[in-house]
Amino acid sequence: MSSIPYILEERPDTGLNNSRLGIWIFIASEIMLFGGLFSAYVFLRFAAPEGDFDYWGSKLNVPMATFNTLMLITSSVTMIMSWASLRMKQFDKYKMYLGLTILCGLGFLVVKYIEYTSKFHHGIFPSSSTFMGIYFTLTGLHVLHILGGLLVLIYFWSPVGKRMYDEDPNLLANRIEVTGLYWHFVDLVWIFLFPILYLL
Amino acid sequence: MSNKTDITVEEHLEIQHHVKTYINVFVALIVLTFITVAVSYLEVSFIEAFFLAVMIASVKGSLVLGFFMHLITEKQAIIWILVSTLIAFMILMFLPLVSMIDHTNTW
Amino acid sequence: MMVMRYQLAYPETPIPIVGWFFAESGGIMLPENYNTLGAMHGTIMIFLGVVPLAVGAFGNYLVPLQIGAPDMAFPKLNASSYWSYFIGGVIMLASFFTPEGAARSGWTSYPPLSIFESGQTMWLCGMIFLITSSLLGSMNIIVTIVQLRAPGLTWFKLPFFIWTQLITSFLLVLAFPPLEAASILQLMDRVAGTSFFLPSGLVYAGNAVEAYGSGSPLLWQHLFWFLAHPEVYVLILPAIGIVGEIIANNTRKPLWGYKSMIYAISFLGFMSFIVWAHHMFLTGMGQTMSAFFQLTTMIISIPSVVVLTAFFLSLWGGSIRFNTPMLFALSFLPMFGIGGLTGLPLGVAASDIFLHDTYYVIGHFHYVVAPGTLFALFAGIYYWFPKVTGKKLHEGLGKLHFWPSLLFMNGVFMPMFIQGLAGLSRRMYDGGTQYAHASDILQWNEFMTISAFCLGAAQIPFILNIFMTLASKATGERNPWDSTTIEWSSPSPPLPHVNFDEEVHVYHGPYEYSVPGKDKDFCPQTVK
Ligand code: HEM
Ligand SMILES: [Cu+2]
Repeated sequence: MSSIPYILEERPDTGLNNSRLGIWIFIASEIMLFGGLFSAYVFLRFAAPEGDFDYWGSKLNVPMATFNTLMLITSSVTMIMSWASLRMKQFDKYKMYLGLTILCGLGFLVVKYIEYTSKFHHGIFPSSSTFMGIYFTLTGLHVLHILGGLLVLIYFWSPVGKRMYDEDPNLLANRIEVTGLYWHFVDLVWIFLFPILYLL
Repeated sequence: MSNKTDITVEEHLEIQHHVKTYINVFVALIVLTFITVAVSYLEVSFIEAFFLAVMIASVKGSLVLGFFMHLITEKQAIIWILVSTLIAFMILMFLPLVSMIDHTNTW
Repeated sequence: MMVMRYQLAYPETPIPIVGWFFAESGGIMLPENYNTLGAMHGTIMIFLGVVPLAVGAFGNYLVPLQIGAPDMAFPKLNASSYWSYFIGGVIMLASFFTPEGAARSGWTSYPPLSIFESGQTMWLCGMIFLITSSLLGSMNIIVTIVQLRAPGLTWFKLPFFIWTQLITSFLLVLAFPPLEAASILQLMDRVAGTSFFLPSGLVYAGNAVEAYGSGSPLLWQHLFWFLAHPEVYVLILPAIGIVGEIIANNTRKPLWGYKSMIYAISFLGFMSFIVWAHHMFLTGMGQTMSAFFQLTTMIISIPSVVVLTAFFLSLWGGSIRFNTPMLFALSFLPMFGIGGLTGLPLGVAASDIFLHDTYYVIGHFHYVVAPGTLFALFAGIYYWFPKVTGKKLHEGLGKLHFWPSLLFMNGVFMPMFIQGLAGLSRRMYDGGTQYAHASDILQWNEFMTISAFCLGAAQIPFILNIFMTLASKATGERNPWDSTTIEWSSPSPPLPHVNFDEEVHVYHGPYEYSVPGKDKDFCPQTVK
C-alpha cells in the first residue's frame, strides 16, 4: 500500500500514531464548533426577556432526556469494553459489545424522535421561541453527530470488521480506539447539553 | 510488541484491571446523572443552579475524558493541543458575554 | 472586480461587454448588482482564492516535501477536503445563475440584512462546505508536520514556512468552527424561521417582521469576527513563510532571528483570538471592553513588527540576487508594512470612529492581502515552479510581470487612503457621487479604475510565461536556486506517493548559507 510511516506504530519522539493525533485535533475543532453554539446560547439567554428561557425550557421532557443520558453513558461503556475485548483478542465479545453500543445509539435516536414529534404535535417548532430555536439546533447537530458515529460503528460491526481483524487485529483495534474517542466525545457533549437545556 | 494474535498474560491482566476502572466510572456517571436531576429541583437562584449544574457536568465530563478517553495517561502533544483549545473555548464563551454586559446601550 | 471598478468610475452608464448581464436595466448596473459583486468578490477572494491557494495548494504540496515525508499523513482526508472545497465552490459560483442571484450582504453577511436579502441561503451552504474543507485540510497539515518529519529534523530545524503553516493550521482548526456554528444559526434563521439574530420589533422594508424576536445581531458579529480576525492571519502567515524562504535563499544568508520569529508568530497566533472586537468599535461597545480590545490590538502589532524587522535585517550585508521571486518577496516587505501600519489608526477607537467603513479600511486590508499576500504567492509560484514541473520560468517575462504589477497595484490602492481620509464610505454602488463631501476626491475613481485595468493587463506576461514554460522541455534540474531546504533534494518533479528517491536524513538547520570553510556557499540539510 502506501509508504506513510506511523500509521499504527508510535513515533518515538511524540509517542503517538497518526490517527490518534488526528482524532484529537478533530475533537478540538468539534469543541470549538459546539463552543460557538454554547456561546450563542449563553449570549441569547442574557439577551432574552426575563423568564423567557425558563418558560420555554419547562416544556421539555426531563424523564425522557434522563433516560437518554443513561443510554449514552451505557453506550460509552460498551464502546470501551468492545475495544478492551479486541485488545484481549476476543473477537466475539468485541462484536457483542459493539452491537450493544449500536443498539444504545439507535435507542437514543428513537427517544429523540419521539421527543421531536411530540413537540411538533403541540405546535412547537424552532421558530416558536429563541429557546426552542437553540434547543433544536443544538440537539439537531448532536443527533447528526450520533448518526455519523453510528454509520462508522455499523461499518466496523459488519463483515468488514471481521475481514480487517483477520488481516491485522491491531489495525482494527486502532480504528475502534479512534472511533471510540469520537463516540465518547459525542457522549461528553450530551453530558453538558442535558443540564443546560433541560434542567436550567 | 505482541504478536498478531496472542497477547501475554501480563497484558491480559492489565486490560482486565482497566476494565474494572471502566465499570467504576460507569457507576459514578449513573449516580451523578441522578444527582444532576435531583439538584435541579432545589429552590435556588439561577446563578447557583447554573454553577451546580455546570460543576456536576464538568465532573462527569472529566471522568469521561480522563478514563474513557485516557487523557490521564495521554502524551504531551495532545495535552498541549487540548489546553490551547480550552483557552480558545473560554475566550469564545466569555468575551462576547462580557462585551455585551459592558455595552452602554441595550442590544 | 473590473466591473465593479468600472461602475465606480462611470456610474449610471451602460457597462461595455458585460452589459448583457444587466440587460433589464439597459446595461446599467443596479445597486443590487453592485452589492452582489461586492459580497461575492470578498467571499471568492478570501475563501475560494487565497486560503485554498496558500494553505490548500502551497501547504499540501510543500509541507511533505520540506519535511522529507513521502506524502501527507491522511491521503483520504486530503481527498475529502478537496471534494468538500469543490462542492462549496460549485455552490458559491452556481448561486450567480439561480433566479435569486448570489448573496449581496457583504462578505461579512451582517444580519438582520442578510436574513432578508436573497441569495444568502446558497452562500451559507457554500460556506459550510468550504469551512469543512479547510478544517479537514488543516488537521492533515498538523498531523503531517508533527508525525512525518524526516529523521533528524527537529523542531528548530524546520524551515520557517513549515512553522507558518503549523500556526496557520491551528488558527483554522480553532477559529473556523465557530463560524460554521454561526452559519448554521443563520441558516436556521432563514430556513426554519428562528430569530437568533433578529431583535424584537424589527421593521424591514416598511413591514413589521414576523418573528419571535429577542435575538441579537451582535451575536453574529462576535462569532463572525472570532473567526475573521484569525482569518486575516491565515491569509498573511503563509505569505510570510514563503517570503522568508525566498529571502534566505537569495541573500545567501541565514534568516536573521529565526527563533525569535517563530516565537513571534506563535504569540501572534494566540493574540489573534482576543482582538476581534476592533471590528466592532462602533456597535455601542462599552468603555472597558473598548479599552481592552484597543490594547490587545496594539500588542498584536508588535510580533508583526518583529517579523518585518527580522526580514529587513536579513537583507543587511547579503549579496542579494535580484531574480523574479526575490523581487516579489522584497516588494512584499514595504507593501505589508503599509498595510500593517495603516491598521494601527483603525485599532484605536477614537480614530476608528472616523475611519470605520470608509475606503481607508478597504485600502488597509487590500495592501496586506493584494500587494502583500498575493505578491508573496507570486513569488512562491516563481520560486517553486521548477520543483513542480522541472522547468524554470522565464526571467525576462517575470520582470515584465513584476514591475508593472507593483506600479499599478499602488495605483489602485494608494488613492483609497486619500478617499477614505476624506470620509468616503465603502460599499457605495455609485462611488459616492451623491455625497457633497466626497466631491473633491471623486476624480481618483477614474485613475484607480484605469490602474486596475492596467494591472489586469500586467498579468498577461505571467500567463504567457506559464504556458510557454510548460511547453518547453524539462531540464529536471534538482536544485536550480542552490537552496538548502529538503524539498530541493527530491527529483523535479517529485515522484508520486514517495516524493524522494533516496532515504532522507537531516543533519543541518534550514538556512546554512555561506558557512565559512565550506567549498560551496550553501550546505543542504540532507547532506552530512
Ligand atoms: C498589524 C496589524 C493590523 C492591525 C492593527 C489591524 C487593524 C484593523 C482594524 C482595527 C480593522 C477594522 C477597521 C474598521 O472596520 O473600522 C481592520 C480591518 C481589516 N483588516 Fe486589519 N489589521 C492588521 C493587520 C491585518 C492583516 C495582516 C490583514 C490581512 C491579511 C488584515 C485584514 C483586514 C481586513 C480584511 C479588514 C476589513 C474587514 C472588513 O470590515 O471587511 N489586517 N484591521
Ligand atoms: Cu482584525
